[in-house]
Amino acid sequence: MEEKEKSTPEKDIEKENKNIKKPFAITLDVGSSLANETGSWRTERPVYLDRLPPCNNACPAGENIQSWLYLAEEKDYQGAFQEIMKNNPMPATHGRACYHPCETACNRKDVDTAVNIHAVERFIGDQAIEHGWVPKHDAKPSKKTVLIIGAGPSGLSAAYHLTRFGHKVTIYEAGPVAGGMMSFGIPAYRLPRNIIEAEVKRILDTGIELKLNHKVENVEHEMKAGKFDACFLAIGAHLAKRIHIPTPDTSKILDAAGVLREMETGKNPPKLGRRVVVYGGGDTAVDVARTAKRLGAEETIIVYRSGPGQMKAHDFEVKEALEEGVKLNWLSTIKEMDASGSIKVEKMELDADGYPKPTGKFETIEADSMVLALGQNVDTSFIKKIPGIKIADNVVEVNSSMMTGYPGLFAGGDMVPSERTITVAVGHGKKAAREINAWLSGKTYKPLPKHELASFDKLNKWYYTDAPITVQPQLNTIRRQTTFEEVLGGLDGSNALYEARRCLSCGNCFECDNCYGVCPDNAVIKLGPGKRFKFNYDYCKGCGVCVKECPCGAIKMVPEEI
Amino acid sequence: MNKLDNKQRVKFYQKGTFTVGNRLVDKKARSVQASMERSNAITSGHRACQGCGEALGARYAIDTVMRVTNNKAIACNATGCLEVFTTPYPETSWQLPWIHSLFGNTPAVATGIAAALRVKGKKDVRVIAQGGDGGTTDIGFGCLSGMFERNDDVLYICYDNEAYMNTGVQRSSATPPTARTATTMPLGDAPGNVFGTGKSMPLIAIAHNIPYVATATVSNLHDLETKVEKAMTFRGARYIHIYVPCPLGWGHASDITIQLARLVVDCALFPLYEAEHGAITGSTPIRKRVPVEEYLRPQRRFAHLFKKGAIDTLRIAKIQKMADENIKRFNLLRKETESFDGVTGISLKESKYT
Repeated sequence: MEEKEKSTPEKDIEKENKNIKKPFAITLDVGSSLANETGSWRTERPVYLDRLPPCNNACPAGENIQSWLYLAEEKDYQGAFQEIMKNNPMPATHGRACYHPCETACNRKDVDTAVNIHAVERFIGDQAIEHGWVPKHDAKPSKKTVLIIGAGPSGLSAAYHLTRFGHKVTIYEAGPVAGGMMSFGIPAYRLPRNIIEAEVKRILDTGIELKLNHKVENVEHEMKAGKFDACFLAIGAHLAKRIHIPTPDTSKILDAAGVLREMETGKNPPKLGRRVVVYGGGDTAVDVARTAKRLGAEETIIVYRSGPGQMKAHDFEVKEALEEGVKLNWLSTIKEMDASGSIKVEKMELDADGYPKPTGKFETIEADSMVLALGQNVDTSFIKKIPGIKIADNVVEVNSSMMTGYPGLFAGGDMVPSERTITVAVGHGKKAAREINAWLSGKTYKPLPKHELASFDKLNKWYYTDAPITVQPQLNTIRRQTTFEEVLGGLDGSNALYEARRCLSCGNCFECDNCYGVCPDNAVIKLGPGKRFKFNYDYCKGCGVCVKECPCGAIKMVPEEI
Repeated sequence: MNKLDNKQRVKFYQKGTFTVGNRLVDKKARSVQASMERSNAITSGHRACQGCGEALGARYAIDTVMRVTNNKAIACNATGCLEVFTTPYPETSWQLPWIHSLFGNTPAVATGIAAALRVKGKKDVRVIAQGGDGGTTDIGFGCLSGMFERNDDVLYICYDNEAYMNTGVQRSSATPPTARTATTMPLGDAPGNVFGTGKSMPLIAIAHNIPYVATATVSNLHDLETKVEKAMTFRGARYIHIYVPCPLGWGHASDITIQLARLVVDCALFPLYEAEHGAITGSTPIRKRVPVEEYLRPQRRFAHLFKKGAIDTLRIAKIQKMADENIKRFNLLRKETESFDGVTGISLKESKYT
């Protein structure tokens, strides 16, 4: 029997070769595997994202710290300055006087030590002052006018941001200088006055009018008289809290706010005597004690109710005070002071819950003067008159837009319920400016949704080298006890750069090329400097190596949509 | 006021010393893999499993060779995963002249090509041979030893994933003790691969007194690239042994490939060292030591060591002992004193071998 066409192995191969149009065992086209789009294997896809770095999350002024450190580590200090200025107009001030919650939150503390953010900020701020850098500002004039009452950190911040929105701003300040608590509350050895002056001047130079020694008695009247469209109230809290301490000679009892203010405005420094007792455990108490020491007091004792380590003051302030010879007398309350200056002190003890309670045991401390540092109140006398305004616990109530009960009247800083620091105040000023800006155009301000947090577990720590923190130089003790020179020195160019480069860039791509390098499938496309990367989903198999190997947690896997 | 301590030099490495690239360092100091112009010797579309360590290791090594030789290189490939997944007829991912012949004859093929180039007087074209641990330590062992012994001008690269993955995860002479493979099942008194067998190919290569031998992993790219680059500065037979995790064969998640390659170094089961002309000249110190358990636990091939309520502490301790011996032998715990200045952490000056 004969077949029509006999099938032979040779013919089969030939037929097969014709189908795929390739001879066997011979050269294949270079890179011809590109025809095989392996992206179809994927069940999850990697996506780039920006997570919120913990420093930014913690910053009361809403600074984008990661972002300006990124510029600083490229030596682009002016770029870093401009980035800071988007949120905070006073970097040199904050680099000195901010309590830097960013550093408490910094992920680097779990690698070695937190990045010395405030020192870098101070360096950038000082560079800006030295070189006369000014913020970029290109808003069109809005023809709206805003009155700001109080030239403290909050008022200045609001003025600065409102000006950047294009509004015309006028500030009325009751005192003889601008700066508020920056000048009247923070001693010069922590914040030199030429720094405040330079930064305030830079803010005012953006086109803000400042009227000093102008105490507002009637807000409604002032707003109408000046034809202001809105008003931001930021008068701070300058009235010292007092308690009754029986004494025949009240002249020996002073208050901390008054002492610090007199340091600034008085012709002569306040006379405190050789032995000074400060009553209170907050930062102001420590500031007054350190000031007293510098004014020549031989003995300065801080007396406070609670136990060691329970002071409200920041640890570094207490530490610096102790270095300067300030003494602490904890678990003590002051009962009375006699004409010769003997202070009767009752010892306290901590109960089971850790609260101090009286023991009935007394001691005597000799003092030439006693300074009360028990906190400050807001001067609400003229605010009470404004219709619709509500005051509770001595602070002015505001809604989520920072507006008081009086339409168009906003308030912020120490006079509204919040933590009382200059950074919180600057944050209030910025937020109020945004709210006022929206309100002036009949809108409501909607903040952008926050990115998810770049927590420590999102980082791949292996890629970061141990690099210990740069310590700022300190003034020697003798000079610290006798002068008001700045205690902490600044960084110089080289170690500021070193410090900026310690930033882990949590949650934000720093173009380390890891994803581009570690992809087994060449499925990451490098777009070039400053442009980051993109995935080639035609070939990405979804293995997730890039996510695991991204040092800063800027990639995540999401389920593939089917 | 005290002068600032100026000893603290500006370093570029606080962030990203070990990352693939680093925008703050000079372009020349960056890795080949960070470059937009890298050759991508194995391009996309290959059929390696998700998270394949070998695909990565081969691209790292060959891209470096391509840069060093100015794209004048020929690669010979033993049978194995690398050959199969890159070149399933009629496609190939290779972007350089590449040849596959048999499982065991790759060193011989490379020898032949090197000889042909010599005859033609083409000194600038360099020859690479490569294979998996099966093709290198078992099947191609004779040919490879011959190539070493004759000192043929070939760089042989072994991508070690510790078993025959391509054919279904059978044991090779590079399979570690206790590891489960298709031929060493976790059954009976000695579950998984037994202790006391296998061989160290890099040490065997050193014993041939060839110009250069090194070990590397996909977890330390700078170290790997430096070693490949260095290998290309020599003429004659050279050998690099690259450790490449295998998600399929080892039973680990595809995203921890590099992490495992890092852990195997950090626990000292795979020491990173190099040798010239028969003598060890340097090793890469461990940055942060971890117990072997951390490396073993994520892999299913060692799952029988970590059964709930019946953790095989005896065998884990035996593996730990192997790691401890590596630390002593290769001096892996010394201070990384010069690693700030060099990108790799390798410093020949630091070598303290007796």
